[in-house]
Order: sequence, then structure tokens, then C-alpha cells
Amino acid sequence: MAIIHVDGKQYEVDGGDNLLHACLSLGLDIPYFCWHPELGSVGACRQCAVKAYRDANDKQGRIVMSCMTPSTDGTYISIGDEESKAFRASVVEWLMTNHPHDCPVCEEGGHCHLQDMTVMTGHATRRYRFTKRTHQNQYLGPFINHEMNRCISCYRCTRYYKDYAGGTDLGVYGTASNVYFGRETDGILESEFSGNLTEVCPTGVFTDKTHGDRYNRKWDMQFAPSICQGCAVGCNTSPGERYGEIRRIENRYNGAVNHYFLCDRGRFGYGFVNRKDRPRQPLVKRDGSFVALPPDEAVLHAANLLKSAKRVIGIGSPRASLEANFALRTLVGAENFFDGHSAAEGKLVQKAAKILSEGHVRIPSLRVIEQADAAFVLGEDVTNTAPRIALALRQTARGRQTTLARDKHIAEWQAAALADIGQHEKNPLYVASVDATRIDDIAAQTYRAAPEDIARLGFAVAHAIDATAPAVSGLDEASTALVKTIADGLLAADKPLVVSGTGTGLESVIDAAANVVRALQAKGKHVELSLVVPEVNSMGLALMQAAGLDQALEALKSGAADAVVVVENDLYRRAGKALVDAALKNAKVVVADHQMTDTAQQAEVVLSAASFAEGDGTVVNNEGRAQRYFQVYDATYYDPKVTIREAWYWLNDLRAQYSNVASEWKHFDDVSIACEQALPQLNGMVKAAPNAQFRMHGLKVAREPHRYSGRTAMRANISVHEPRASQDADTALAFSMEGHHGTEAGDRPSALIPFAWAPGWNSPQSWNKFQDEVGGHLRGGDAGVRLFEPQAHAAVKTYFDAIPAAFTAKAGEWRTVNLHHIFGGEELSARAAPVAERAPKPYVGLNPADADSLGIGANMLIDVALAGSAVRLPLRLLPTLPRGTVGLPLGVEGMAYAEAGATIKLSRVNAA
Amino acid sequence: MSALPYADSKPLTYRVNLANPLDLKAYEAQDGYAALHKVVKEAPAEVTKAVKDANLRGRGGAGFPTGVKWGLVPMGADAPKNKYIVCNADEMEPGTFKDRLLMEGLPHQLVEAMIVSGYAIQATRGYIFLRGEYVVAAERLNKAVAEAKAAGYLGQNILGSGWNFELFVHTGAGRYICGEETALINSLEGRRANPRAKPPFPQIAGLWGKPTVVNNVETLSNVPHIVLRGGAWFQGLSQGKSKDAGTKLYGVSGRARKTGCWELPFGTSAREILEEHAGGMKDGLKLKCWLPGGASTDFLMPEHLDLAMDFDTIAKAGSRMGTGLLTVVDDKQNIVSVVRNLEEFFARESCGWCTPCRDGLPWTEKLLYALEQGQGREGDIQTLEQLTRFLGPGKTFCAHAPGAMEPLQSALKYFRAEFEAGIAKAPAQAAA
Amino acid sequence: MSTANTMESTQPIIKLADLPRQEPFVLHADDRAAIEHETHHYEDPRAATIEALKIVQHRHGWVPDGAIPAIGEVLGIPGSDVEGVATFYNLIFRRPVGRHVIKMCDSVSCFLTGYDDVKKAFSAKLGVELGQTTPDGRFTLLPICCLGACDKGPVLMIDQDTHFDIAPDHIDQLLEQYK
Ligand SMILES: Cc1cc2nc3c(=O)[nH]c(=O)nc-3n(C[C@H](O)[C@H](O)[C@H](O)COP(=O)(O)O)c2cc1C
Ligand code: SF4
Ligand code: FES
Repeated sequence: MAIIHVDGKQYEVDGGDNLLHACLSLGLDIPYFCWHPELGSVGACRQCAVKAYRDANDKQGRIVMSCMTPSTDGTYISIGDEESKAFRASVVEWLMTNHPHDCPVCEEGGHCHLQDMTVMTGHATRRYRFTKRTHQNQYLGPFINHEMNRCISCYRCTRYYKDYAGGTDLGVYGTASNVYFGRETDGILESEFSGNLTEVCPTGVFTDKTHGDRYNRKWDMQFAPSICQGCAVGCNTSPGERYGEIRRIENRYNGAVNHYFLCDRGRFGYGFVNRKDRPRQPLVKRDGSFVALPPDEAVLHAANLLKSAKRVIGIGSPRASLEANFALRTLVGAENFFDGHSAAEGKLVQKAAKILSEGHVRIPSLRVIEQADAAFVLGEDVTNTAPRIALALRQTARGRQTTLARDKHIAEWQAAALADIGQHEKNPLYVASVDATRIDDIAAQTYRAAPEDIARLGFAVAHAIDATAPAVSGLDEASTALVKTIADGLLAADKPLVVSGTGTGLESVIDAAANVVRALQAKGKHVELSLVVPEVNSMGLALMQAAGLDQALEALKSGAADAVVVVENDLYRRAGKALVDAALKNAKVVVADHQMTDTAQQAEVVLSAASFAEGDGTVVNNEGRAQRYFQVYDATYYDPKVTIREAWYWLNDLRAQYSNVASEWKHFDDVSIACEQALPQLNGMVKAAPNAQFRMHGLKVAREPHRYSGRTAMRANISVHEPRASQDADTALAFSMEGHHGTEAGDRPSALIPFAWAPGWNSPQSWNKFQDEVGGHLRGGDAGVRLFEPQAHAAVKTYFDAIPAAFTAKAGEWRTVNLHHIFGGEELSARAAPVAERAPKPYVGLNPADADSLGIGANMLIDVALAGSAVRLPLRLLPTLPRGTVGLPLGVEGMAYAEAGATIKLSRVNAA
Repeated sequence: MSALPYADSKPLTYRVNLANPLDLKAYEAQDGYAALHKVVKEAPAEVTKAVKDANLRGRGGAGFPTGVKWGLVPMGADAPKNKYIVCNADEMEPGTFKDRLLMEGLPHQLVEAMIVSGYAIQATRGYIFLRGEYVVAAERLNKAVAEAKAAGYLGQNILGSGWNFELFVHTGAGRYICGEETALINSLEGRRANPRAKPPFPQIAGLWGKPTVVNNVETLSNVPHIVLRGGAWFQGLSQGKSKDAGTKLYGVSGRARKTGCWELPFGTSAREILEEHAGGMKDGLKLKCWLPGGASTDFLMPEHLDLAMDFDTIAKAGSRMGTGLLTVVDDKQNIVSVVRNLEEFFARESCGWCTPCRDGLPWTEKLLYALEQGQGREGDIQTLEQLTRFLGPGKTFCAHAPGAMEPLQSALKYFRAEFEAGIAKAPAQAAA
Repeated sequence: MSTANTMESTQPIIKLADLPRQEPFVLHADDRAAIEHETHHYEDPRAATIEALKIVQHRHGWVPDGAIPAIGEVLGIPGSDVEGVATFYNLIFRRPVGRHVIKMCDSVSCFLTGYDDVKKAFSAKLGVELGQTTPDGRFTLLPICCLGACDKGPVLMIDQDTHFDIAPDHIDQLLEQYK
């Protein structure tokens, strides 16, 4: 603790921070550009100047950069001093000598940090009368637009992209007043985290291209606090809507989870919400094609359909909320409710959920992952299965620089010094994976092998750490040495971390990861275990402990059940086509979904369900954190014909008709509470966010900024009579610009912050105003509720011991392995055009030597005999894929369902 | 003329031969590598102490005491394994041409200086960071390094001391900012030559994060002499003209009669340098003003000529001694044009890292150009004055921009009327 | 496919394949060896970046686009880092230059001793301004900062040679030496 004196007032601060950090945390405004809470200080922009005095008697003082000055005890500074004010205005004036005066046509306008800082410094009139330098822009792919003339050379972009995110293809070129930030040549930005540039850049150089094509100002958007649907990490997002379309997704700060950054799947994959081919009204099949019916009729039709069946089952979904799944479970009864993962995946997810929820292990948030000092990634290709974890692991590796700098008494915020001192030094990361991964560049050791061998490596590491863990026999010399390196590395760490998950499709990989953790616990280590599960609510669904999908399909196929209600799930992605066809053929099928999936096409009734954008829901991330997403907009407002409702709502109605009971749940909170009461393992989910009764100073929280414009005109093309704003009876948020705003940010529960705004702070940098300390936790507490926490001294003493046999390649037989793709591998985001543009086309992957043995080369076609169906696919040569395995891109559009671990046959296609 | 023997009055240059520099043998015959033979028998700390006692101050421009700088390097068993000594041979300060002389005319002196200085901090490697344009110096230094290596002055277990040291000549690829010691380190690492923040100081974390000492060519060249003849001798070299010790390479450029560079006692007066050594201004020209030590120093006036050219005296007169090589401006020059030329240089050579320098210098240059063309406007001079304040020390990331402001602020002080003359009489059209 | 996040929009976008191709560049085996040799002088191969650029420039007269990733590959660093360095330093040419490069010192001492006249004379003689190459590809005229020979100004370098005390009437004779 330290006392600092700012403009004559005393404040107590944590003396370890720099003055800018300290003052912003105190709520004082100092403008800045090059500094960023996650990127630290480099002192380039000179915007954060303040006057520093030697002591209370020094009246002269000297200008210092607050970001480069420690906030040590007894510091005297002035922010309001005339000279420093004039200097700060000059900095903006200098920046403006080259910055175009294009705010009216610039997409950054209205959430621009440069605008905010310009206003803050008071620079208002232009003295510079000479020409401005101009640059050419680059094509950077489907996600990001480039407008270099707006650059103010704060160097944040390259510092984020290269130093923080480990990207290689964005650099700084030129010198003097002609510095250029971009790629070496035009082309797609390669980093999976490029989208954060749109928020890291304080001006309009890097903007969201997906938004640019359907643009509107930030103040004209309606927002809701939301949760990314892209994977099980559950990053917090702030989607913005205008005219019934999602127009952009921005990061929503959560100090424990994603803090400032999202991955590109999450940011740019929202287009599925806007697809024209979505069911927007309930549909009933007549003569083989769908017709829209009024909701009551559709529900009645569905109820009658179910009533005519002898046994109705329900298939839930890992991409549906707890409430939707629970409503389905209630409709069909617990014994008829089935897991919506593929059968194989379902088992793995349940295993992961069990290990994590038993209370024996610590489960890290992303923040805690970043603080680990050694990590063992066992089997999981995190960049593609849970991307944000990959970004966190980069910080884990980089943490070594901080440690080294600390030894030299260099503060953590001295970003450049850290990098100069640390250079190539990293905390050790051991990456065992089937194929090469995108974090191999930061790995101390990599190991590539078939899933069985990955599991064996894990088991062996556990044994090397604790000899009472089961041993693995028959390891070769190199693997034995590697095992020792990894075990030693983890044992040497203060905060070791193990990351694994369901990605390999092999349960023993998860067992092995758990063994490593248990072994480290046995040695008294404070170890964290992060298990990646496949989808946004995989963990939540697993906690519901439903029977596997195979049983559901079998029951339908055999006729033991003759009706099925499927919620937000495309079964063709979960099982082989023949099996799903057979199951659905004789059954009465009701589907509630927001996408017209192949499964929905088979249904008799399709209930037009809400996506995350039109409904509320609770999901549980892989950390066991229950998080709430809120409806962003009311689709009916723009088109009265639209009848989109949350799946739980449809199912509740359907149940009333089907079971002839009074409709039990009127509001979202009702179903949420019922779910929690019925399933004690979900205890806490209701508290993921305040309920509908919650008010801030008597007000609901406004979804729209209070400068939201055109409200009275936006429906004028439909009717000149402006209807009353939509009412939200389900939540404490209002579809309105009226209500509580960001101004008194501090006392607002974090789950109810739809967008980042504070007076004078329109850009995402306004999160500073919501945090207990800049870059720290939100003042209302980080959103979400962890459903399971480790119990003290609960470490289990037993080990898993189902060690698989080593994998051996067999002639003519190929072991399928999953290959994951951030773009295209996830169902919903793949339906967004910009993501689809980045998705791979279907392929099979083989090691080149294996391809040789089959006499085929790159891009040649191969016949693949998959679970009953034969497909013909082009070959991709994957030099790091283990011999004897065949890699299949999981979930990619046009790929048939394939089970990992299956043995299949491949044959070259003879020229016809 | 001094009463000291030639070798003692001009230790740095008495062996200089530009046409045909001494090879190893010839250099050894004239005391060459004697200092090295001496130091390896002493403790490293002795060398640093000798340099401290001699009160050697850096000749790169800032005058920082060299022994103090070395004293910050971690020594002993706990010190990092790799340590570096780097010679700043980037000489690019306009008006400065002294290091070239030492390197082209006596390369072995610098090589020996590097080894001896490296020994003092127990460096593992040394680099001579030589500007790319010094082609002849590169060739001669490389030859000297090769000869020294062959003679066992470089490499493993040098002269049986158990100390290993390698020396490389690293040539740059341009850019004035490479002369700033932390930018130099970045450049040496193969990066863009943006300066680094201090702390950490290079002595603690420099090249590749390891302890590093950066010194100027002339600074280092003094070290073997100090080692051989001691601090008292070195202090005596300035012959009472200054409390600064040693000799200094002074010089004159501009339109003087016999421009050149001379080794003289520290504190020799500017008048002696200009009038005796350079023979005064060319016929028909009068001295208008002068830069005492490079483009980044404040102009001084003819009435300052009698000042001793040492750090403190020149600072008291409102300038900096800088590199100590005078640039004389004659009365035929328009000061606005001269300053415009200087600012054009500084604007172009900005590294582009910090805002005031990157964007403020081009504005300065454009304003001066407008004034030079008679296109100035009311307020331009006030804008320039504000720039001189706001691009001053502490406000920018490194000393480049503050250096750029020195000639401008002094020109505004001494020759304001010439700037005012550049303001257009009729209000300029509301252009651009 | 469109960049809009709706499937319907059909605005054309630039495809990578439509962009101009870089000329194929092959790093000469000798150059590769020379660069690899340089890396041994440093704790980190990255430090050889500048030397690598010079090695390539020595062969080609300038640093062709394709050399950037090629050097990056030898040094184990991204091409964007190599380009960042290549475009920082003024002795590295990222555009083709003439057979001979004239670098005229335009710093203060040379400015005081007649740089303007010499520069004008060169421009008149060669028909090019600073930064340009003569149409016959023989000379490129560039400014350079203080060459450290201020006592003999105006000074300039042609290729690796430094020439002192230049006056406008020396130019013809000087240029004769560079065919
Ligand atoms: C913009 C700038 C350029 C510099 N250029 C040089 C230079 O070319 N040569 C030099 O020796 N020092 C130069 N310096 C000074 C160095 O930063 C550093 O102070 C010097 O090399 C230290 O050596 P010394 O202590 O021996 O003087 C420059 C400083 C600045 C700010
Ligand atoms: S003052 Fe700033 S921009 Fe100028 S050279 Fe120094 S760091 Fe670079
Ligand atoms: S924020 Fe402090 S210098 Fe940029």
C-alpha cells in the first residue's frame, strides 16, 4: 500500500502499479493511448502526461508519463496542472496532424478511444495547415477492415497481435512519421484472435468488416449481456442489434473469464442469427413441405402428434440452455430424456463433468490459467476446440518474463523491459496432441501420437510423479525421457496446470489427465485441471445426467419409442446418417430450433425457437460456471408475423396441451428456479444473474444507449403508428433507452451490463469504469456462478488404471482421429458467411508416408468407408499426423458423421 | 603548443596514420597492447577504479562518467554468464567526424580498448557497432580484429588470464537514432532501432537482457592510456584548462579556412580551436553563430568563443558541448534555412516511436519551410516556441527530439527577427 | 462469398488468388550459408537480420519481396519482423535502384558548404530528383545523413566510395567513373 497525492488529495493505492493504472483505478481520468491494461506500459504515445513533484513543497514539478512512473508512497502529482493539460492537448494535436477528419464516415465514430481522448484533452481547433501523409490499405480477409490513414501509431496492434497473441503476420514498417501497421503483403490475418484488434486499436484502423457491411453507430444499437455460443469457454459478449439483425459482437469484460479478448469464431460467427432461412414462425409439414401456422395451432398440432404416440422421448442439446433442456426433460419425463451429444462424446463429457464436479480438483478460470507457471496440455487442440484457452496459455508461457523481471526489480507493467529481459524465456508448456497445434511454437516439448499413446504418456507422467500411480509398460526410450522431463517440469512449478478434454474422443486421455493431477496433489502441489468439453452448454447438459443418444436412437429405430422431441440439435451431426434416418423414419418428430437443420427438415412440426439473440438462458462453461445470456432484441417488433420464442417456452406450452396441465411457467425465472430445484447438482444456476424483479434505483437496465436514435421512425415503413416498446417481463433489462445506464457503473451486478459506456468513455476502454481496479475484476463481481468448487483436503487417493494398449498401425486399417477447426468445426458459427469463408472444405488427412503407401498424393480423391456410408474426399497431407491414423475434420460442412477411434478402410479412387 | 611530449599531449592520435594505419606489429612496437598485457595481471575492479580515478567522461555527447557506468555492472560469481561491451561507432551526429579518424587511422587502438574495457566488466563478447557507411573503417577494424585474434589477444584464456572474450565488428544499415545507446542495442539485436525505456539501464539488462556497457569510440580509446599511465597523468592532460580530464578531439566544419579535427587539451577555448587550428572564417565571411558539438546542441554566438570547451562551461552558456566538434555558421546564411535543414534531418531520423517527435518534428520542419519561403503566418513562431517546450527533455521518449529542439530554441532566442521576416505580409490565402 | 454476416449479400471481395503474385525468389545457396555463418556471432540469430538483408542486397542491388520471408525462414523469425527491419534502415533498399547509388549528405555542415548547389547540379545532370533513378537505370540519387566528413563538405558516397569537397563542376568527371 502507498499513499499518493493527486491534485492535493490523498489516495491509498497499491504501490506496485504505475500512476496511470492507479489513477484510473481511483476513477480519475487521464487520457492515454499506448497503454492498455493487458498490454502494459511502453511510454510511446506521451498522452498520459501529468506533473510530478518532488514533495509537497515543490511548486515547479516536471512532466512525466504516468504510465511509466511507479505509484510509490509519497508521490505528488497533478493531473489538472496547466502545463500538463496543455501538453496533453498538444499530443492530440500532433496526432491529428495526420489523422483524417473523417469521423462522420468512420466506423469507429461513437465508440472511438481517440474521439474520447480528444474531447478529454480539450483539443478542438486545428492549427496544422500542411498536407497529411496518406497510406494504402490492405485486404486482411473477411473479418477485418484496414484503414491505415487513421493510424495514430500507438503500437498497440502489433504489441497485442505479436507479443500477446503470438501472431506473426502483423508488423510495423517504416520509420519517422511514416510508420505502417499491417501485413507484409495483403492477405488474411492468420491469428485466430485477430478480431481483438478492432477493440485494441484506439481508432478506426482495424474495424469489424462483418459490421461494416451492415453498419450503424454504437449508440444506435441495442445490446444485451450475452455468452458466446462458440465453445465451452463461455466468453462474455456484448452483441449489438439494429433492425432485427445482430450487427456486431463485442467483448464483454469478465475479469475471471475472457477479460478483454475473444476469439474470431466468437466475434465473427454470429451470422447464423441473421439467416433468412431460419424458422421464424412455427412450421407444420403439409404434403411434404412446411407451412407456417399460428403458434397456438402449431402447438396443438404438435401436442396431438405426441398424444398419438405410445412413447415420447426427448433429445436435449449441448447448444441449448439449461432451461430449454430442462423444459424438454419435464415434457417427456426424466426417464425419456436423452443426452444430445453423440453417444461417444456424451460419455466423455459426463466423465469430465464427474471429475470436475466431485470437488477433488481445482478448476481454473482463464485468469488462473494465465497465472500458472507450467502447463501440460494432454491431447486437446485448444486453439480449435476452446480457442480462448489457447490465448490464455500464451500468457502462461509469457509469465516467465514477469518472473525474470521481478528478479531485476522491474515492475510487471514495464512491458518492453519484460520482453527485453525475457527474450526467448518461457514457462514450460508440454503439448501432447494428435497433430501439430497452433501453440506448438510456445511449447517446451511437443509429442504427437495417436490418442492411445497420448493417454499412455499421461499415465506415465502421473506415475513418474507419484510411483503409486499405475505404471505404463513398454514405453520407448524417447517417450520415457519425455515423461521424465514433463514430470520434473510440473513438479518444479509452483502452480502447475493440466489441460485436457474430450477432443481426442478417447476417455482414457481424460483419465490420464486426472491421474497427473492426482499425482501432483499427492505431492502436495497446488495444481489446476481444465477439461475442455465440446459445446457451450455441454457441461450443463452433462450435469443433467441423461442417458446416451445411442439409446434414444435405438429406441426410435426399434419402435420402443415412436415420437421424439428434439431441442436445438441436429442429430445428423451426432450419429451416422443411416442410423438417424432409421430412427426418425417411423417416429413422429417435433423439433424446436432456430436453424433449419437436416433434423428439422425431417420434423412434422418445427417450433421456431430463439437463438441466444432472441431469448434468455443459462449455460455452464467448462469451468462449471453458470452464466446467463439475455435476449438482445424482440424480433416481433419489426415484423409482427415473427413468432420466435425460447425453446423452454414452446415446450412449456406444448406440455400444457400434451399433458393437459396448467401452464406452469410464466416467466424465465420460473423455469430456471424449477430446474435448479429439480436438479441439485445445478444449485447456483439461478444466481447466475439477478432475476426479473431486480431494479437499479427503481429502474430496469436499459439495453439501448441513451442517445439511441430513430426509435420513432424505425418502424415507419411498416406503420406510422409507433407501437409501444416491447416489454421484457422475463428479465431486469428493458428494450429501451430509458432505464439505468452505465453511469453509476460500480454498483451494477456485472451480469446486467449490456454494453460498455461511461460518461466521456464511449470506446471499449470504458470497461475501466466498471472495474474495481483497471484490468481487474468488475466491481459488481465477475459475472457467473461457479457450480462446483474444490472442497478442502478432498484430493482423491485412487487412480484411474484403464491404460490403453499402445497404438499400432495395421496394414489396410486406419484409425480415425478427430481434427478440429475453429472455423467450420462448430455448427452455428459455420453458418455465418465470413466464418464459412475461412472453413476448410471436407477432406481426409493422412501422413505423407501413409499416402505414399496408398499411392496417392495431395488433393487426390480417396474413398472412405465411414459408419455405413462411403464418401469420396480429397486428401490433405499432414506431415505430423501419426502413421496409421486418418484425420477427419470434425463437424465440417459436407463431412459425414464420423466416430473417432473407429477403424475404417481407405482406397484410392481409380481414374475412371 | 603544449610542453608535453607528443605521445603525452596527443595520446589518442599520435599514432594515427590515415593513409596506412599501423598493423599489429607496428602498433605493438609503439606501446600497442601494453595496456592489455598489464590489465590481465590485475583484478577487473582495478581497471574500473583506474577509469574512475581518471575521471573519464563519455565522449559520445552526454559526458557521463565512464567509471560510474561500469561500476553498475554486476560482477562476481553471481553475475549473469553473458555480459557485453559495445562500442558506439555510429557517428552520425551532423558536424561530427572524430570517431572516423580514430578508427580509420588507428584501428588497433580501439580493438585494444575494447578488450581492456571488456576485461574490466568481465564481458564475454564485444561488438563494435559501426555505421554502415564507414566502409574503410570496417575493413581496417576487421583486419585489426583478425590480427589481434591471431596474436591471442582475443579468444579463449587471453594471455593466460583465464578470461575468454570475442570481438565482432557489426555494421549498421543507417539511421541516426542507432547512435542512441538503447536504440543501438535494439538494432544490434536485429530489431527496429526504437530506444528502450530506462530503467532498466543497459548495465543491468541490455543486449539480450544481459548486462551491457555502451561507450563511444573516443571514450574507449582513452582507456588503454589511462590503464598504462594512470589517473593523475590523465587529469594532467587538460593542462588546467578544465576540471574535465584528458584530451578531446575538437574540430571545425562549415566555412572556415582549415576545417579539420585536432586532439587538444580538454577545455581548450572555442576561439583557439576556430582561430588557431582552423585559421578562422573563410575570406570575407564573418562568424554568425556556432554549434558547439553537433546538430543537437544550442547555437552559441561569437561572444561565446572564449569559453572553454568543456561540459560544464558550455552548459552554463546555455548549450551543450555535445561531441565537441564546432559547426560554424557564417553571416551569409539565413538562420531560418539552417534550422530548417537541421529540423529536416531530425524529422527524417525520428524513429517513429513517440508522438511528439514523430509528428511534432515534421510540423516543425513544415513551419520552418513556410517561414523560409516567406509563407509564414501569424502564430507560427508561437507554435514553434511551444514545440520547443513540448518536445523538450522528459516529454519525449528519448533525447532525439529534445536534441532537435536545441538549435531551434536558441535560434529563436538569438535571431527572432529573421523568423519574423518569414511571416507573409498580406494574410496568406486560406489555403489547405 | 460475401463478407457480410448474412448469407444473402453478394458484394464482390478481393480474393487472395486475384492479388498480384510475388516473383519467385530463391535465396542463393551462398547467401544462405553467409547468413547462417553470421548468426554465430550473436546470442540470437535474429541479430543477423540486418546483415542478411545486406547480403541479399549485395547480390541483387536491392532486397526483392521474396527475400523477406526467405530471410525470416533462415533466421527463424516471421517475415513481418524482417520487413519491419528492412523498412526501418535507410541503407536497405526495398525497391529496385540503379546500378550505382549516389548518397548525398544533406546534413548541416554540407548544407553550409554548398549542398544545395551540388544537389541541383546532380539533378540537372541526371534529370532526376532525390529518391529517383535515371531512366537508363544507371544512377539512383538519394539523400543521406551526415557522413562524418564534415570538414570536407560537401560529401557524398557513390556505392562504397566516399567523395569529398564536391563542387558542381566536378560532377561530370566524377560520374565518368561509374558506368
Ligand atoms: C539521438 C541520439 C543519437 C546519438 N548518437 C550517438 C552516436 O552516434 N555516437 C555516440 O557515441 N553516442 C551517441 N549518442 C549518445 C549515446 O546514447 C550514449 O550516450 C553514448 O554512446 C554513451 O557513450 P559515452 O558514455 O562513451 O559517451 C546519441 C544519443 C542520442 C540521444
Ligand atoms: S524522441 Fe521518440 S520518436 Fe523520437 S527518436 Fe526518441 S523515441 Fe523515437
Ligand atoms: S499511455 Fe503513457 S505514454 Fe502512452
